[in-house]
Amino acid sequence: MSMIDDLIEPLEEDTIRGSLDHCIKCTICETYCPFANATPLFPGPKYVGPQAERFRDGGDHSPDMSLDYCSGCGICTQVCPQGVKIAEINSKARAKLWDERGIPLRNKILARPTLGGRLATPFAGPVNWALGNRLVRGLIERVAGVHRKAPLPRFAGRTFQSWARHHPSPLTDKTVVYFHGCSTNYFEPRLGEMAVAVLEHNGFRVIVPRQDCCGLPLQSNGSFDAARKYVRRLAGALAPYARRGHPIVATSTSCSLMLKREAREILDVTDPEVEEVGRQTYDICEFLLDLHDRGELEVDFDPLPMAVPYHAPCQQRGHGMGKPALDLFGLIPELRIEEIDVDCCGIAGTYGLKKEKYDISMSVGDRLFKTIEKLEPEVAACDSETCRWQITHGSGVVSVHPIELLYRSYGL
Amino acid sequence: MVEAEVLVIGGGATGAGVARDAAMRGFSTVLVDRDDLAMGTTGRFHGLLHSGGRYAVKDPPSAAECMEENRALRRIAADAIEDTGGLFVSTPWDDPAYPDLFHSGCIEAGIPVEILSTAEILRREPRLNPRISGGFAVPDGAIDAWKTVWGCALSAKEYGATILNYHRITAVHRSDGVVTGATAVNAISGEEVAISAGFVVNASGVWAGDVANLAGCEGVTVLPGKGIMIAMSHRLVHTVVNRCKKPADGDILVPIRTVSVIGTTDTEADGPDDVAIPQDEIQLLLEEGEKLVPGFRRARALRVWAGSRPLVKDDKADDADTREMSRAFALIDHKERDGVEHFLTITGGKFTTFRKMAEVTVDRMCEHLGTARSCTTAEEALPDSGHHRFYWLGARLARREETLNDDQLICECELISRRRLESAMEQRHTQNLDDIRRTLRLAMGPCQGGFCIYRATGILHSVERLDYSAANSALLRFLQERWKGVRPILYGDQLRQARLDDWIFQGLLDVEHLT
Ligand SMILES: Cc1cc2nc3c(=O)[nH]c(=O)nc-3n(C[C@H](O)[C@H](O)[C@H](O)COP(=O)(O)OP(=O)(O)OC[C@H]3O[C@@H](n4cnc5c(N)ncnc54)[C@H](O)[C@@H]3O)c2cc1C
Repeated sequence: MSMIDDLIEPLEEDTIRGSLDHCIKCTICETYCPFANATPLFPGPKYVGPQAERFRDGGDHSPDMSLDYCSGCGICTQVCPQGVKIAEINSKARAKLWDERGIPLRNKILARPTLGGRLATPFAGPVNWALGNRLVRGLIERVAGVHRKAPLPRFAGRTFQSWARHHPSPLTDKTVVYFHGCSTNYFEPRLGEMAVAVLEHNGFRVIVPRQDCCGLPLQSNGSFDAARKYVRRLAGALAPYARRGHPIVATSTSCSLMLKREAREILDVTDPEVEEVGRQTYDICEFLLDLHDRGELEVDFDPLPMAVPYHAPCQQRGHGMGKPALDLFGLIPELRIEEIDVDCCGIAGTYGLKKEKYDISMSVGDRLFKTIEKLEPEVAACDSETCRWQITHGSGVVSVHPIELLYRSYGL
Repeated sequence: MVEAEVLVIGGGATGAGVARDAAMRGFSTVLVDRDDLAMGTTGRFHGLLHSGGRYAVKDPPSAAECMEENRALRRIAADAIEDTGGLFVSTPWDDPAYPDLFHSGCIEAGIPVEILSTAEILRREPRLNPRISGGFAVPDGAIDAWKTVWGCALSAKEYGATILNYHRITAVHRSDGVVTGATAVNAISGEEVAISAGFVVNASGVWAGDVANLAGCEGVTVLPGKGIMIAMSHRLVHTVVNRCKKPADGDILVPIRTVSVIGTTDTEADGPDDVAIPQDEIQLLLEEGEKLVPGFRRARALRVWAGSRPLVKDDKADDADTREMSRAFALIDHKERDGVEHFLTITGGKFTTFRKMAEVTVDRMCEHLGTARSCTTAEEALPDSGHHRFYWLGARLARREETLNDDQLICECELISRRRLESAMEQRHTQNLDDIRRTLRLAMGPCQGGFCIYRATGILHSVERLDYSAANSALLRFLQERWKGVRPILYGDQLRQARLDDWIFQGLLDVEHLT
């Protein structure tokens, strides 16, 4: 028949919903879901994903609030042997849910770290004091629904951007662009400095363009339109460099995943700029390990005689890059790494900050915290910032980005 | 011995409609079917509540009748209906002259029709082929056969009727040219039941010729026009989508409950019980589906089935006989045709027009019995539809949300909880899991019973206090029945599912050797 000659490809966004067709109900996702196992309020990824999706009619009536107990960690999609995009189906359905019901003020605040960062940085002292004060936190919990014990980061009182503006990176023939993300900018500027130092040590000129939030917190709090605006703006800032062929290197696993995949797959942003930037984006450990594979990584590592527990964050699986930090640690003499075999720390971005979800989040992370605590290490390592804060909160052990260990071992 | 004023043979939409109408007009009525209700053509139809658009060009009176009945069913059977709306769209393969004819046909037949731009159609149904060129919106809908038929039967029961499902009529009794009743055989126990009835209505669809023969009225030929349909695993569209062209094969996609159904075909069957699936028709439907929704052939097909339209070829009938009926259905008056009194045959037509067919039939019966009683079936709602709210796809998800933590989920695909299942089993009081399937849509989702039916068997075992071998055979029988509809479309995702189900039932349970 003539029609067969020129088949039309189905809609891109449809490949996500359409993937529900692949579900054979094997239930592997449900056995792996850290949240379904921690709370009866969440009926599980198979239920809210491929099953419930068949009952969603595209109309403006989402009856299943239980969907909001999905943390978006993405483990379900990763473990599904049939290729069902479970987490993606859930994210979209969740966005629609909030679209209909209106996004609570709390989610709007948590979803805009740049706004908070800009406002609070000049007053970091009093703000940090207030955020550490039990009475204030009790008030915040009541008014804004952020749990009084949830691990909120401390404002650094200065921004990484202002440091970078005054930091001359040596001119070399190799250039990378550093995508630092909001948390490095406002909360952990030291991490940014260490990342720059490690890259420069490997002979790179590091460009730090002006940049804003990637939109991920907006996406996970259901504001898809706003998230699209942010990711487009960020891609606009980074695209000129991508076009010149410069790699874009990131220290935040979740924000770089936004550029690599989620903007397209979850937000349906198909702009060529986002595509170009996404193709050039690397997680920093992934980037360094690539260098090493090509024999281009400096390996003048000093011994670090210590035992460090390592937790690979769940969003890292979305990168499909394995656990590059582990390979890099292997290059550091005398460093003993203990990988903790727990899928999720429970925080899932801003999930564990929420009043009604804090306890769930802590129980998801419980085994991780206890294991780390028992080892009594000096520090623990983890690639993702919110996970690090959660680990420190849950186990009492300071946790650092893998870059910090490389930095130390390089003796920088 | 069962005594009634009216015996209705055939518990499809037509028979259930006649039984309800007769009971509501005060006749004591008994409704008999050889199987469970709605297992004939009615339980095998496409699910479309016609607006009449399909007949707007070819058969305007029929189209007008559909629209009128569409309105009536919306009034009385809201709980069985999904108000999806319908689209007629032109694809590059369709005659460009047809849309104008269609539009004027709709207006002539009184079908509310709205002209839509391509952009608007794609906004409403983004998965449709972007190469369509415009179309129309009409008030098509989706209607659940089992809910409607059981709704009619329960309503009839409220008016005093008796429902004898699983009773096959084996003889129709006559005395001096007047029909007086029939013999039925209980299909489960084998017991014979004598039914005495002053009037008999033969509403046995494609079997109507056979039943007429039982009353000695020979020569009523009902040709079974077989059509197949394929259910896709989710709703590819949320509106009924018709091709805007002369009606042909594979040109309608109906979203109904959690699935979308492509259909249908039309070939003469080898007798009324022939429901075999020709492979070439499957290919044809998939290709036509691809024209409407790109990617259709790669989408997951759950199940295929066939049903036959009753097409009456009656040489004896002349125009005078059909004065009261539309061209769309056949009311055969055996007094006029064969000199046999108190016996009518009603067949043909459409699901959408069953209520009207029943009304015309019972009117004629009243004429014969010399009594004038008016019909109220178009006004009084069926038992579950008094609220006049259309069924909504999200209803089960919403209901489940309320009982997430205190009721076990048994059928994961169709979201049926344990309590719901138990109460359906208690009501139906059956050993046949297929009866429960039709009541609740148990096992009708993507896994086709793979994960729920062994659970449901266990529950049936305790509700009905079955011994284990009866429970085992209920399970096996159900699986064998399901397999018939899965086997012909085994490819892609459904093949994977079938493998997993096979490991569960053959590998783990060794289900064929359970004793
Ligand atoms: C493929 C296909 C698709 C269709 N799609 C649509 C659609 O989308 N919309 C629409 O409006 N219409 C549709 N139709 C038409 C519609 O399905 C039929 O017109 C309608 O269901 C016929 O109902 P019925 O009650 O007359 O026949 P049936 O449902 O066949 O009922 C006859 C009953 O008689 C019983 N019976 C037979 N012999 C005996 C006996 N000896 N003793 C006791 N009982 C007996 C049978 O078990 C059966 O239940 C479709 C038809 C087909 C074939």
